[in-house]
Amino acid sequence: MSVSKYWREMPQRYRLEAGKCKSCGKIYFPVRLVCKECGSRKFEKISLSREGVLVSHTVIHIAPAQFTDQVPYVVGVVELKEGVRLLAQIADCDEKQLKKGMPIRIEFRKISEEGNAGIINYGYKGVPA
Amino acid sequence: MARDVAIIGIGMSSWGELWELSLRDVFVKAALAAIEDAGVDRIDAMYIGNMSAGLFNGQEHLAALMADYLGTDAIPATRVESACASGGLAVKLGFMEVALGMSDIVLVGGVEKMTDVGTNDATYALSTAADQEYEVYQGITFPGLYAIMARAHMDTYGTTREQLAQVAVKNHDHGSLNPIGQYPFKITLESVLNSVMVADPLRILDCSPITDGAAALVLCPLELAKKISKKPAVKIIGVGHATDSIALHSRNDITSLPATAKAADMAFKMADVNIKKIDLVELHDCFTIAEICVIEELGIVEKGKGGTAATSGLTRLGGKIPVNTSGGLKSKGHPVGATGVAQVVEIVTQLRGDAGPRQVEKARIGLTQNMGGSGGSTLVHIMEVI
Repeated sequence: MSVSKYWREMPQRYRLEAGKCKSCGKIYFPVRLVCKECGSRKFEKISLSREGVLVSHTVIHIAPAQFTDQVPYVVGVVELKEGVRLLAQIADCDEKQLKKGMPIRIEFRKISEEGNAGIINYGYKGVPA
Repeated sequence: MARDVAIIGIGMSSWGELWELSLRDVFVKAALAAIEDAGVDRIDAMYIGNMSAGLFNGQEHLAALMADYLGTDAIPATRVESACASGGLAVKLGFMEVALGMSDIVLVGGVEKMTDVGTNDATYALSTAADQEYEVYQGITFPGLYAIMARAHMDTYGTTREQLAQVAVKNHDHGSLNPIGQYPFKITLESVLNSVMVADPLRILDCSPITDGAAALVLCPLELAKKISKKPAVKIIGVGHATDSIALHSRNDITSLPATAKAADMAFKMADVNIKKIDLVELHDCFTIAEICVIEELGIVEKGKGGTAATSGLTRLGGKIPVNTSGGLKSKGHPVGATGVAQVVEIVTQLRGDAGPRQVEKARIGLTQNMGGSGGSTLVHIMEVI
C-alpha cells in the first residue's frame, strides 16, 4: 500500500472518524461529501463510540494471501451505538459463543502485514464486550 | 421512437479450465458461434462485458483487441464493467444501441479468462468488486460476505444449512443436462454438507467455481429479424438496472438485495408483465444463499421463504417456475464477465424450444437476473418469443 493511501485512511482506521450531516443528522462511516438522505454537503467530523452489537458473522477458512496465516478467523458486521455499521474481524472470541445481538467493543489492533519487509497495517477489530 | 429489439443469434463455447485457449480465442469462438447462428455477414457495433482482464490477464483495451481478432472492419466496440454484472450490462447497452437506431446488427459478448492466474490472485481480482478500504482491508472474501448474509437469513427466517445445500443439488441436477457447463454432473446433499469449509456456513460446494468462458448474442431490430432470421424471434421486452452500496454493511437489511428488487420492478413495468407471467428464470447463484435471496426479491416467493423453494420443487425443472435450467453459475461455471450474457443464451435456447432434455414446456417468457458484488449492481432482462 502506498504511503499516501495509508496516511489518508488513518483517521477512519485509528480514530473511527465519521461524518455527521449538519442538516439531517445522519452519520456516515467513512466520511462522505454528499448526504444520501438529504443531499446536504455540510458535515461535522465526529469520532464513533467503540460500543456496539454483532449483526451477523462468518468464520473465514480460505483467506486472501495476506491473511492466510490468521485462519480460521471471524469477520462480522457490527452495529455501533450511533446506528452506524462496519465490517470488522472479531478477535479473542470463542466462535461458538458468538450470537446476533451480543455486545461488541471496538479496539485498535494489527490487521495484516505486507510480506516480510512491508508495512504493518493497523485498524479496528471487535472483541466480545 | 425506440425500435423493438430481437435476439437472432446465440453462441457459447464449452466452459471450464481452458488452458489451451487465450482470452481472445475464448471470446472469438463464442462470437463466431453467435454470428453463425444469426446467419449475418456483418456486425455494425459490439459491446463486451468483462470484469477484470487487467488483473486476470494483464490486458486492458479489450474492445479494440476483440474487434480486431474477430476480423471486423474497424467497428465501434465498447468494453463495459460492472463486476460480475458486466455481461448483463453489455446486454443492456447492446439493446440501447439497436433501440436508438445507432446500429442495426450488434454483437453483445461477455468473456473472462480466470485461470491464467493462481487461485490467490483470482480471489484478489474478484475481491476488487467489494469495498477495498472498508471490507477487503479487514480480511473478508466474497464467500465471506455471502456467508454473513446466509447466517443473517438463517437467524432471521430459520433457513437451514440443508436448504442452502439443496440449491446446489438442484442446480447440478439441471446442469447434468447441459454438457457445455464446467461441472455437468449431479452432486448429493451429503457431498455438499461434507465439502471443505470456505467461510462458515458456506462450503466449497455452495460456491460457484473459477471458470474460463465466453458467451455472445447478435441483436437487431425486430422488423429486420423477421426478414433475415429463420429462427423464432426472441424480443427483449423488459430491461431493468439498479445499484446499491457495494459495502454489505452499509445496507439496512443484509438479507435483502434492494438493487435486484428495483431492477426487476423496472423490467416488469417496461415489459408490462409480472412474475406470474414468467415461465423460467436464470439468476445469479454465485453462492447458494444468493439464489434464495434473489427468488425472494423477484417475488417468486415471499420474503424469508426462499429456503424451501428448491426442496419443494417450485424452482426445479418441471416445477412451476424453473430456476437456472442451465445449471446456473454453480454447475455451468462463472466466468464473471460472461455470466450475464450466458444467462440470456439459456433463455433464448429455451424460448426457441432447443433445450433438449432440460426444455421447459411451453416456455414463452423468460427472465435473467445478473448481479455484481454482494448486490451492488443488478441487471434484469425479460425476453419473449414472438
